[in-house]
Amino acid sequence: MTATAPPEQRAYRVTRAGRVLAFLRNTWRGLTSMRTALILLFLLALAAMPGALLPQRQLNPPKTAEYIEQHGWWGTLLDRLQFFDVYSSVWFSAIYLLLMVSLVGCLLPRSVEYVRSMRAKPVLTPRNLARMPHFSRAEVAGDVDEVMSATRSRLRGWRLAERGEDGGARTVSAERGYLRETGNLLFHFGMLGLVVAFALGKMYFYEGQVIVHADGSQFCNSGTFAYDSFNPGLRVDGTELTPFCVRVDDFAAQYTAVGQPVSYEADLGYQIGDDLTTGTWRPYHLEVNEPLRLGGDRVYLLGHGFAPTFTVTFPDGTSRTQTIQWRPVDQTTLLSEGATKFDPPGVTDPEKRRQNQIAITGLFAPTAAFQGKILSSADPRLRDPAAAVDVLRGDLGLSSSQSIFEIDQSMVDSGRLERVARENLRVGERITLDDGTRIEFEGVRRWVSLQVSHDPTQMWVLGFAVAMFVGLAGSLLVKRRRLWVRATPAGDTDGERRTVVEVGGLARTDQAGYGEEFTRIAGDLLAQRRAR
Amino acid sequence: MPVNETLSQYSDWSYTTAVAVYVLAMVFFLVEQSFGRKGRAAAERTRERARELVGAGGVPVEAGQVPATPADRPARSRPERIGRMGVALTVLGALLHLSALVLRGLATSRVPWGNMYEYIMAVCFIAVVTWLVVVRKFPVRRLSALVLLPVVILMFVGGTMLYAVAAPVQPALQSYWLVIHVSAAAASSGVFLVPGVASVLYLIRARHDRDPAAFARFGPRLPGADVLDRIAYRTTVFAFPVFTFGVLCGAIWAEAAWGRFWGWDPKETTAFVAWVVYAAYLHSRATAGWRGQRAAVINVVGFAVTVFNLFFVNLVTTGLHSYAGVG
Ligand code: HEM
Repeated sequence: MTATAPPEQRAYRVTRAGRVLAFLRNTWRGLTSMRTALILLFLLALAAMPGALLPQRQLNPPKTAEYIEQHGWWGTLLDRLQFFDVYSSVWFSAIYLLLMVSLVGCLLPRSVEYVRSMRAKPVLTPRNLARMPHFSRAEVAGDVDEVMSATRSRLRGWRLAERGEDGGARTVSAERGYLRETGNLLFHFGMLGLVVAFALGKMYFYEGQVIVHADGSQFCNSGTFAYDSFNPGLRVDGTELTPFCVRVDDFAAQYTAVGQPVSYEADLGYQIGDDLTTGTWRPYHLEVNEPLRLGGDRVYLLGHGFAPTFTVTFPDGTSRTQTIQWRPVDQTTLLSEGATKFDPPGVTDPEKRRQNQIAITGLFAPTAAFQGKILSSADPRLRDPAAAVDVLRGDLGLSSSQSIFEIDQSMVDSGRLERVARENLRVGERITLDDGTRIEFEGVRRWVSLQVSHDPTQMWVLGFAVAMFVGLAGSLLVKRRRLWVRATPAGDTDGERRTVVEVGGLARTDQAGYGEEFTRIAGDLLAQRRAR
Repeated sequence: MPVNETLSQYSDWSYTTAVAVYVLAMVFFLVEQSFGRKGRAAAERTRERARELVGAGGVPVEAGQVPATPADRPARSRPERIGRMGVALTVLGALLHLSALVLRGLATSRVPWGNMYEYIMAVCFIAVVTWLVVVRKFPVRRLSALVLLPVVILMFVGGTMLYAVAAPVQPALQSYWLVIHVSAAAASSGVFLVPGVASVLYLIRARHDRDPAAFARFGPRLPGADVLDRIAYRTTVFAFPVFTFGVLCGAIWAEAAWGRFWGWDPKETTAFVAWVVYAAYLHSRATAGWRGQRAAVINVVGFAVTVFNLFFVNLVTTGLHSYAGVG
């Protein structure tokens, strides 16, 4: 580190800086080499695979939890290694980031090269055309200029360069298929854009599900509280949702004779923008595959089910009626389960109120089928609705933390919530409890579950995907090929000028099929002149 | 929409007959392939021909365009005649196969690829048609049995274990995207079967070339490695954009049907993996040291992923794509 370092020492230090540079350069070269890209592609394929084999938390949280539980330490280990969140895992992200870096490193020099080659003239005609993979030769009538002009007109659409040679010979170099490289670059740039747009979309998207009764009930996209479940991107805090309201007027499902679903349809009214202040409702017929698109948000029909109506008449004569959605446990027969919960009326003391709450739980079948006293459903259509209910009385527990489909089992276990009746009910039938409370099964309504989705970049993703596809087609189907023509004067015969024409061809990619085209062109160039 | 039982019945018969005809065709091809001396001589000829083509300057010409050598013409050997009959039978099988598809479509008044049985039927049909095209362009007719073998196995599995009665499809599948997306997927998978088989044969052939003791009986009967390589490349290059298009349409459909264009559903994931593997195949052909052997391995892996996607993902995992109609 002193100024008096011997010369070789200094040289060493220079080279050390040089070495760092060389190391960086080599790393960069290594990273952007075709071989690295290939290996990264493999790693990407390999890393994506566990996502198809293991349950993923993002898609199915309960199943994931169950899987981890069933597999003990192995499940925990996999969880710690992010195998249940593959697509947001550190290792998956690392691979695709490296691949993107490699791609950029590959694309920059290629783009420069591309611009250069688009400006360059087709290469010189080789001395010995006979050595080309495709070659034809003939002596034709006419002089060199005539041959040249015929060649030019035959090779319209090719990029041409004409040059003179010693001894009066002239050559044409022709090249075609530049779209191949254009397509290749378009494809790779499109992919880069797609990945960036996809990643941005993951930050700014949101998705929420909500159940709405199909009886004119409304849902407004006014905040995350309006949803039953809400899944936002990293940069979404729920304060800037697109304001709109949806009203579900009706729902209909159609089935084949054997109960296979044919169509689900819901009649909606919706409001967005000025409609919200003027109170205008616009109609929409919502179907599977036909989401309602509202100013950047989409509303989907996700599912449907039944909401039984129960009326509880308390001993003091007051009555309460509730219609709460029950959830399907069997998607083909729509046998449903749920819990409808009541507070006793007129009790202001919260302690006391929590001693006399009532819950009606059990099963609901749209088309009842009894095996003995066990209720099941024979059909998803609403033909002969029945409910098999347990009535529980006591303390339901804190309402804020429990699912609307279930009662808090710990309350039952601790004896604070007690079963006081078990009965099968058809519409209009009732149960009378020991204290005179009457419970009537009044009827049933339908509900639909809606999903609202928002993804600001999805049109960008589509645009880039289309660019990729177009580029890919161009790059795989276009052939890059070269053709050369050399016309050499061959003196006169019977007072007529004669010219030797040689045609050579080379396909620059390993796509076969050039032979055909070459034969056709060479045939035209040689035969046409000979005929005269 | 009611299902027409009669047409559906005819479709089933047509299907079974097609399989039987394919099996018969296989027998013919096997006879051609194995008739000792002559089969080998034929293989020798294609190899010579391929070498000539390649020797011309490193850039192969399409072999099919080379006029048949005069020696081929006048005296067609008996195995060769049998092979030609095999092709005729395969065409017959393909026609029956097509009618099974069409009748199924008419019976259900929708496109005939709404469940796994129908999908496999469509994939196999495309595979057979692709192979018939390949046979027209490359002198590889004798290999037909090896291509028909996986087709027959798939159709047998499809027709027995995965058979589904003709029925309408569930509401989520009632969309014109079913036509576009699934036909692109079926078409590309069908075409991919051919490079898959060609690449397996390539590996066998290359192994034999390196060590003549390996596959000593089977190896010499295969066409040259370069011919197999070219078949694999050209069919893959055709199928890959179709597959890409299929995935793209799938994403567009998913946006309309499921609320997001991409959600890493098992089927989507496996399609992504297959896509990346085939992209790797195309890259490997432009990478020094990866052409040939390794490229062939990648192609085989690509087809394995495709088959895995068809069976495992439909039958074992549960995702949004579980419409196999089995069980
Ligand atoms: C992000 C992952 C990548 C994917 C999915 C991908 C995909 C593809 C596909 C499908 C092709 C064949 C179509 C065509 O010829 O244009 C291709 C070709 C090509 N890619 Fe990529 N690519 C990726 C990254 C890269 C990288 C990082 C490089 C540079 C190191 C690269 C260089 C090339 C080259 C040179 C070709 C032309 C090969 C030929 O002419 O056959 N690619 N790529």
